[in-house]
Amino acid sequence: MTALRMAALVVAAVLLQGAFSRSGGGAPGDLVLVAVVAVGLLHGRLAGLLTGTAAGLLQDALGGGMLGVSGLGKCVAGYLAGVAGTQFIVTQWMSRGFLFLGASLLNSASFMGLSMLLGLRRYDNPILEVVTQAAVNAAVGVLLFYAIEFMPTIREQWNAVLERRRKRRYH
Amino acid sequence: MARADAGRRTRSLLVAVVLGHVLLISAQVATPGGPSLLRTTVVAVVTEFQEFSWLVAGAFHSVWDGYASLRGVRDENARLASENTDLRVQLQQARADAAGAGDMRALLGLRPHLPWTTTGAEVVAGSLSPDYRAITIDKGLGDGVRRDMPVINSAGVLGRVALPAGNTATVQLIIDRSAAVAVRIDRSRTEGIALGNGDGTLRLEYLSATAEVAEGDTVVTAGIDGIYPQGLGVGRVERVERAGPAYRRVVVRPFADFSRLETVLVLVAPAPVWAPPLTAPERKVDR
Repeated sequence: MTALRMAALVVAAVLLQGAFSRSGGGAPGDLVLVAVVAVGLLHGRLAGLLTGTAAGLLQDALGGGMLGVSGLGKCVAGYLAGVAGTQFIVTQWMSRGFLFLGASLLNSASFMGLSMLLGLRRYDNPILEVVTQAAVNAAVGVLLFYAIEFMPTIREQWNAVLERRRKRRYH
Repeated sequence: MARADAGRRTRSLLVAVVLGHVLLISAQVATPGGPSLLRTTVVAVVTEFQEFSWLVAGAFHSVWDGYASLRGVRDENARLASENTDLRVQLQQARADAAGAGDMRALLGLRPHLPWTTTGAEVVAGSLSPDYRAITIDKGLGDGVRRDMPVINSAGVLGRVALPAGNTATVQLIIDRSAAVAVRIDRSRTEGIALGNGDGTLRLEYLSATAEVAEGDTVVTAGIDGIYPQGLGVGRVERVERAGPAYRRVVVRPFADFSRLETVLVLVAPAPVWAPPLTAPERKVDR
């Protein structure tokens, strides 16, 4: 069930990324990386590793690029997120933000390094682009965790409202 | 003990996965052939879902575009009406020129310029990663779309088909960092290669040191890369910067607005070429 949920999260992130970038201009953030790091944090390094591999390969396949170039950075990012989640206490928004930021920088460094090594792309001055992407990913990641944490509370409140209505109907 | 074993297993798996990636990349570098069956299948399956998610996102966007962001429409309307009049005049002029050229070709006994066979397609998804500049269109192998076919819109060149699947295709845009187009400066006829910068602009490379390039020059396809036919609009020179005694950095702003791609045209026929006369004069044979 967990595996199914993780797969659904990654596929949803891929579809959302494609749907909301709405053009070839691209989006400033990488929802797929955010999903991979979130899975690593929530379910451990093995889940992060496998999700990162699958998500990266999917992005490479659908983006028309060389298979494995995105996958390598994402699998390592997912694994390290899992390690961080089990070794450290990552519950504050700032520590989570730094984790997403670090994972994003690692992913960009891996993708750009491999692309340049293989002569696929040239990067003249990518610093602003990389930092913007990392900041957006960090912000989205922190918000995603807030949403995940608030979900049980919202569910409980909703159930309480339903219960009250039911009781009122009986009386 | 069991926990240590699990940790060791995961670490081994990480090493295996990283090595797997390296092998996968190496295999593709060694044999840069066509797309693999695995990749084509993955694209075919996922793009079906993409079409649905695109529809949902499109509904949100249309509400925003149709009601919330209508400021300045009247001014834009007036400007477009004036631009339309100018374009009509230019079209008439172009028609007259084309008729003249047709007569000239007839006189020379050349084949007429073949019309391009095109197929219209709708964009069903944007870039799936910020590292790629690509779109997915709703036409694929079943519609006659093949790899490396040029994709354009009314503004100019957009890109080439990178990966056709059953009913969809991935199009690599010319602004992608790994994209390249053979181009020509329309004014000076200087040829070069336009490469994507990844930020929505292109840079011109391999220009001759004495080439005349100025800001505002129109850049069109040169037709020598085997993908794009010649004469298609690519963009306009935005900046020419000196970067040393013999090197210039030329930045081109594409004509197409890549942030609002909805419908595109795929050129499914080979580019028209000038060909020799259909009936060659018979050679006299000495007996």
